Amino acid sequence: MTFDIYLIFDSIPKMLAGIGMTLHLLFLSSFLGLILGIIILLMRISGRWYLSFPTFAYIYFFRGTPILVQIFVIYHGLPQFEAIRDSVFWPILREPFGCAILALTLNSGAYVSEILRGGYLGVDKGLHEAGKALGLSTPHRFIYVTTPIAVRLAIPAYSNDFISMLKATSLASTITLLEMTGVARTIVAQTFAPYEIFIAAAIIYLVMTWFLQRGFGLFEKRMSRYIKLSEA
Amino acid sequence: MNESDQKPIIILEDVCKFFGDFQALRNINLQVKKGERVVVCGPSGSGKSTMIRCINRLEEHDSGKIFVDGRELTSAVKDIDAVRREVGMVFQSFNLFPHLTAINNLMLALKLVRKTKKSEAREIAMRFLERVHIPEQADKYPSQLSGGQQQRVAIARALCMNPEVMLFDEPTSALDPEMISEVLDVMTDLANEGMTMIVITHEMGFARNVADNIVFMDCGQIVEMKPTDEFFENPESERTKLFLEQIL
Ligand SMILES: Nc1ncnc2c1ncn2[C@@H]1O[C@H](COP(=O)(O)OP(=O)(O)OP(=O)(O)O)[C@@H](O)[C@H]1O
Ligand SMILES: [Mg+2]
Repeated sequence: MTFDIYLIFDSIPKMLAGIGMTLHLLFLSSFLGLILGIIILLMRISGRWYLSFPTFAYIYFFRGTPILVQIFVIYHGLPQFEAIRDSVFWPILREPFGCAILALTLNSGAYVSEILRGGYLGVDKGLHEAGKALGLSTPHRFIYVTTPIAVRLAIPAYSNDFISMLKATSLASTITLLEMTGVARTIVAQTFAPYEIFIAAAIIYLVMTWFLQRGFGLFEKRMSRYIKLSEA
Repeated sequence: MNESDQKPIIILEDVCKFFGDFQALRNINLQVKKGERVVVCGPSGSGKSTMIRCINRLEEHDSGKIFVDGRELTSAVKDIDAVRREVGMVFQSFNLFPHLTAINNLMLALKLVRKTKKSEAREIAMRFLERVHIPEQADKYPSQLSGGQQQRVAIARALCMNPEVMLFDEPTSALDPEMISEVLDVMTDLANEGMTMIVITHEMGFARNVADNIVFMDCGQIVEMKPTDEFFENPESERTKLFLEQIL
């Protein structure tokens, strides 16, 4: 077997054609997933069973099944239903891009709501009581006291999830989307050099992961100013 | 003393509180007049915290009645809000908001609850930080302050809401010995200015100096409530005597 190191460097620029799609999938589904995760969390902690019960089923389903299976169910399964084809969502669900975004968003929402819940559970009960004693309303306590603290506690887990999402976007190549892995597969079909090409793809993913880790690291540092200062 | 000084601002009538099957408060009756300083003492688990936490509804009493400034405390949000506006509280563990600087700890509720404008809130907050002798720490985060300083910020935070009554739940128990007096001094000043106070503490020196009345609790009951001098010189119940022997 031959190994052509120059092919790795040659193919990296070509592969960057897919980076736009990868980032598009990553940021759009993470953003929608964050909003969904917050809604799911609020439903879950609402204290009303008819709101919290569906969230258990939802979280269980999306954490308990592979994303690839979810993508296939949405892409191959949903169009079977006439009701879906007649619905206003059809223009979105007809496209592979819409299906990939939907699957990744639903997945991310399930994880993000759990991650945020962990953050909220980590907030000291005494701070709630101090807020109550000062006369702060429940929404005010939630917004101004609990959330900033919970968010800081949730950043490490959230950044892990974000990086998992980056990797999960590669699954979109299975439904014809030309994101990075998809592009890599087409190059492999042309060059018959899977080894070099996929190593090139791995390098690009690693670089992206490095930037994401760094970004989250800075964000965490900023959010933790009030703790770091004390150590100085 | 004029008549309004004589009117009880806090009344507890036959208040009972259960945690599951366990009865934490048994028919508590207590009246605190405007300007009165009451120290509450008693062994661990006797229900001291539970009693004062019922007064601002951090705990919900199961039966009996609680009145604050003539208003009965019910489960209605309107009553709870009104009572919390009149009652400030200081906790053993300070409970400062860790993500806010000292002055922002004070300003948060001024802005959100009192709807004070930001510039005005800052002035008020600064005035209260001066009152507890730490204006120079205004822009520090709680984690950068000593325990004594944190507790003084917490006292200022409660005071700047202009409460009628202040509740203190063992405010010096979490402090290193050398910081206890700086907090007790602030509380003594407050008492001398005429604030109505209910203080849970084991600092019997403070109690002797400041309290008008002392309440002794045991097993969820008020065993004894007496004027300070009489309490120390002439305790009635055996349980009180035993307790005093242990801590004095
Ligand atoms: N949230 C709770 N759930 C169950 N039991 C509780 C709860 N809070 C208090 N208790 C119980 O109620 C009793 C009275 O508690 P409380 O905290 O009022 O005592 P205390 O007199 O303040 O004691 P300490 O001096 O230790 O602070 C204790 O036996 C305690 O275990
Ligand atoms: Mg206590």
